[in-house]
Amino acid sequence: MTVAVSILPQQQLAVLNAAYRQAVARKRLRLLFGVAVFAAALLLAAIGAEVNLRTLFTHFGNFVSYFDRILTLDNGQRVWTDVGEWLWGWRKWLRMLGETLLISYVGTLIGASFAFCLNFFAAENTSPAPWLRFVVRRLLEFARTVPGIVFALIFVIAFGLGPMAGVLAIAIHSTGALGKLFSEIVENADMKPVEGVRSTGASWLSCVRFAILPQVTAGYASYALLRFEINVREASVMGFVGAGGIGQELVVAIRKFYYSDVSAILLTIIVTVFIIDISTGWLRGRLFGKEART
Amino acid sequence: MTGPQEIDTAALRARYPDVFDRPASARLAIPAMIVAAFAILVYGLVDLDFSPSRFVAGLSQLGWISLMMIPPDPGSSLPIYLKALGETLSIALLGTTLAAVLALPVSLLAARNVVPSKLLRFPVRRFLDSIRGVDTLIWALVWINVVGLGPFAGVLAIAVSDFGAFGKLFSEAIEGADQKQVEGIRASGGSALHEIRFGLLPQVLPVIAGQVLYFIESNTRSATIIGIVGAGGIGLQLAEQIRVLEWQKVSFLILMILVAVAAIDFVSGKLRFAIIGRRAVA
Repeated sequence: MTVAVSILPQQQLAVLNAAYRQAVARKRLRLLFGVAVFAAALLLAAIGAEVNLRTLFTHFGNFVSYFDRILTLDNGQRVWTDVGEWLWGWRKWLRMLGETLLISYVGTLIGASFAFCLNFFAAENTSPAPWLRFVVRRLLEFARTVPGIVFALIFVIAFGLGPMAGVLAIAIHSTGALGKLFSEIVENADMKPVEGVRSTGASWLSCVRFAILPQVTAGYASYALLRFEINVREASVMGFVGAGGIGQELVVAIRKFYYSDVSAILLTIIVTVFIIDISTGWLRGRLFGKEART
Repeated sequence: MTGPQEIDTAALRARYPDVFDRPASARLAIPAMIVAAFAILVYGLVDLDFSPSRFVAGLSQLGWISLMMIPPDPGSSLPIYLKALGETLSIALLGTTLAAVLALPVSLLAARNVVPSKLLRFPVRRFLDSIRGVDTLIWALVWINVVGLGPFAGVLAIAVSDFGAFGKLFSEAIEGADQKQVEGIRASGGSALHEIRFGLLPQVLPVIAGQVLYFIESNTRSATIIGIVGAGGIGLQLAEQIRVLEWQKVSFLILMILVAVAAIDFVSGKLRFAIIGRRAVA
């Protein structure tokens, strides 16, 4: 059995085709306009950022050979032929890595504590007064938007060189980031328990303690762990401005062209970040079930 | 009327032993974790040379610094700062675009529904992971060695570090795409490339566009700091003014950064909603 596909008469077809073309043309024109604007912005940006393709072209070999050089020992051999020589400074590096981890741990914990204290004032449903919410929100926004390393630069001058400046910088940045996330969890909390507690004549503090807190602690801990992961990365570069951690060693190695040291330190950082990512992921899975493992 | 005192606690206790008599291990777990966390905190504070006297001295110093920051004043260098801010925005835009263009083909290789072979996918994914493990600032230092000081190194640094992030995000978007449309293309006789072009890309492009816009936003922040290691933009000015203790200029620069970031947030938020509608963006 054959089914004939009925073809519309030529006149009708022409009208439909014209309508279709018109509809598509408008869409295409808009897309073209968007692409043109984007290309113009890119061109402007390329001029602004002093992009020089010739430099890139002539020096791109440098980029490839840079990796070749950092993977070569002083005696011209590949690094993995003599691991003992490659990782010669492992005691010092491990100590600095430990310091990096401690910086991010202490910074995250201090930041999370401040965020914990502040977030109830920033959340819409628990804030006691609108002006207080406004002030706390702007404060958190400020702490979040100014990059951690800028705080570190200023703190290095105020508190002196060393890990203390790094810890405080990370703590402030984490306060801003976690304060926002925490207050969002509170805003999503179920308000019926609050009504129940308030109907017994409880104070604001009791409402927060007995109605809100049991709902939100798991979310808080999950976000704090995630923040710890991010802060380990952040702490690894705090040493660039003299705020402690492994970054100090790395920047010295890069600036003084100790090639094999660069690759060794990078390797230790990448491995540490991997281990921290995997273990916090595992911990989050253990503590809060599979769905919390984002 | 029955009051709460008439509840038979003993009967309840007998009926729900799990609630009333939890084993000691379960009851002690949370306090033990808190004590351990606190112990590490104290150890960290001691190990990292936190001393109260140093803290107080630093705080008073910080108080002085904040007083000296008021009022923010660019002095005579406002044109230089505006140019630096333009440089920062350019770095963010170019770096992100470059990263997205480079990451799209690689992300196809890392997606399960495009490359079914686990053996092929695994190295691509580990490669992307290791790129992501290295911070943007470190990439900036490496690129400075290659193309010299200046904003171009910043563009390349952002492009490389975002390449890792985009590769992962794009491949997740592709894996989340509906397979039926791809099957439709295959059923009508399309080649593998046709499947990607007409089956996959129309589904994932809006998601990807949203993510790219979001990254331009967050890269404005990253681009403000890569100047600290010499890769151009407003961070260079900021680091210099902090080193020479020109606090009024520092506060002005920080204000400029805050305003610029807020403006970019606003614009890209509008654009994102225009492109993908009122859907949440990861």
